[in-house]
Amino acid sequence: MNNKYNPALFWFAVLNAVATFLLIGLGGLVTSHEAGMSVPDWPTSYGYNMFALPIKFWTGGAFFEHTHRLLASVVGLLTTILAVWLWLKDSRKWLTWLGIAAFLLVVAQGILGGLRVRLQMDNLGIFHGAVAQTFLVLVCAIALVTSRWWQNSAAQKQLAVPRGLRSHVLYITILIFIQLLIAATMRHQHAGLAISDFPLAHGKIWPDTSAEAIARYNAERVEINNVKPLTAFQVNLQMIHRLVAYAIFLGVAAAAMLARKKLGGRDGLTKFAFVWLGLLTLQILLGAATIWTNKAADIATGHVMVGALALLVGALWWLVAARRTALT
Amino acid sequence: MKKSILILTLAAFGAFQLSRAADITGTITLKGTAPAEKELTPIKDDPNCSAAYASGLPKTKFYVVGAGGELADVIVSLKGISGKSTGASAAPVVMDQKGCLYMPQILAVQTGQKVIVKNSDNCVHNVHTVPKDNAPQNMVQMPGGADLTFTFDKPEPFLKFQCDVHPWMFAWVSVYDHPYFAVTDKDGKFTIKDVPPGKYTIEAAHRKLGAQTADVEIKDAGVAQNFTFEIK
Repeated sequence: MNNKYNPALFWFAVLNAVATFLLIGLGGLVTSHEAGMSVPDWPTSYGYNMFALPIKFWTGGAFFEHTHRLLASVVGLLTTILAVWLWLKDSRKWLTWLGIAAFLLVVAQGILGGLRVRLQMDNLGIFHGAVAQTFLVLVCAIALVTSRWWQNSAAQKQLAVPRGLRSHVLYITILIFIQLLIAATMRHQHAGLAISDFPLAHGKIWPDTSAEAIARYNAERVEINNVKPLTAFQVNLQMIHRLVAYAIFLGVAAAAMLARKKLGGRDGLTKFAFVWLGLLTLQILLGAATIWTNKAADIATGHVMVGALALLVGALWWLVAARRTALT
Repeated sequence: MKKSILILTLAAFGAFQLSRAADITGTITLKGTAPAEKELTPIKDDPNCSAAYASGLPKTKFYVVGAGGELADVIVSLKGISGKSTGASAAPVVMDQKGCLYMPQILAVQTGQKVIVKNSDNCVHNVHTVPKDNAPQNMVQMPGGADLTFTFDKPEPFLKFQCDVHPWMFAWVSVYDHPYFAVTDKDGKFTIKDVPPGKYTIEAAHRKLGAQTADVEIKDAGVAQNFTFEIK
């Protein structure tokens, strides 16, 4: 065993990470299309072995749910192979444990998804979404540490990243994860758009959430999909989601400015911080577009995927910065 | 002998009560302009469903309003009555899936009364109930598959049926543990039949417009009670 760069292992880890990202997108489409319960049984699909479901049944919401299950199986298989590969071929014990953690997480995630269908519990969908984001960070971190760049950079002298900047990025990344939990809670209410205008909210800076107002919003709302009536909780939750989004944007902008000041404009981490800022800008635009398009499934799913990328970039930035500092 | 007299007395009393039972009738109207219904555009992406709509896509049916404001699909019921369900012996209510829509979209049944769901479409549906008080159910129904039967143990207003394969498909079933309810027709009219004499609170509930109540008293003859919902 050795920990020299293994291109096959690295590219396999990248494949796993890309498949996971696509799986998050497909999961987002399932929820955006309100299709999570379209196949009532699990692990079978309409009574068939999941891998033998005739294509004629891959229609409507079932198309998204069934392909989500199939891609999840692929990711499960890839993760299992990756964990075994790391165990057998990489000398870094901590990395072996990361591989085992990824394997356990993907198994737990599959069971969570199945239980969400079998138990018909909307709230399990929130955990399913949160675990998906965590798993993406984990498999991307594995891909990162198996890369040539990661292994070669150990020998290079680099500027330490100030603790204050690292802490700032860590806190913002945690805030992004909290934001993703809020977003998952909003989506798994299955109530459609709680507020249908932006930048105002039901015509005001802070919307009226009295019982009369909520009754009026529901009476005026003509929803095409099978969403539930909205509640004051959902309206307030979307307002919190908006406020946290602004806070994250400012936090990421501050991180990018701080990185340029402390590390210089040419430093890779500074450039990465500005990529992060670009993602957050795109994310806010997608959030607005989600509302302006009355939660069009593709736009809402794009919002989910860019949210996942925002978490990922923050987490990997912090990981690289922590390691660079430890090596100096 | 005493037993026979008692039975005869009870039978006579029952017959007397039945003879005095009367109907509550009324009309529900809407004042104001209802929000415009939306075309069910996702149907066009599903060839199995869109085949039924060559001449134009159907629209949502939240506000079924006549030219004079007559409001259909309002469920009118008596409040404060419990434990009087005759649902187990009542005729089943049928809901069909046709053209990838539920027909009808608003129903009312008693606890224990069967709701039979048919699939007249040439495609698969899942029939998924999303209750608050009753147990959720989710069953697949293949094209040409056997009818599905649902019953509910607890009263619950506007219990939702939905198809997640075709997320524009939804219907609501209100469940009562008594037989005193009706759904308004296209003329906004309703009749609650055979209500025993007494004082009652009557409720008119619309899926979007909420509920209104009024007090009524049944004596020898039926009574009329109208409601007007308003959109400002």
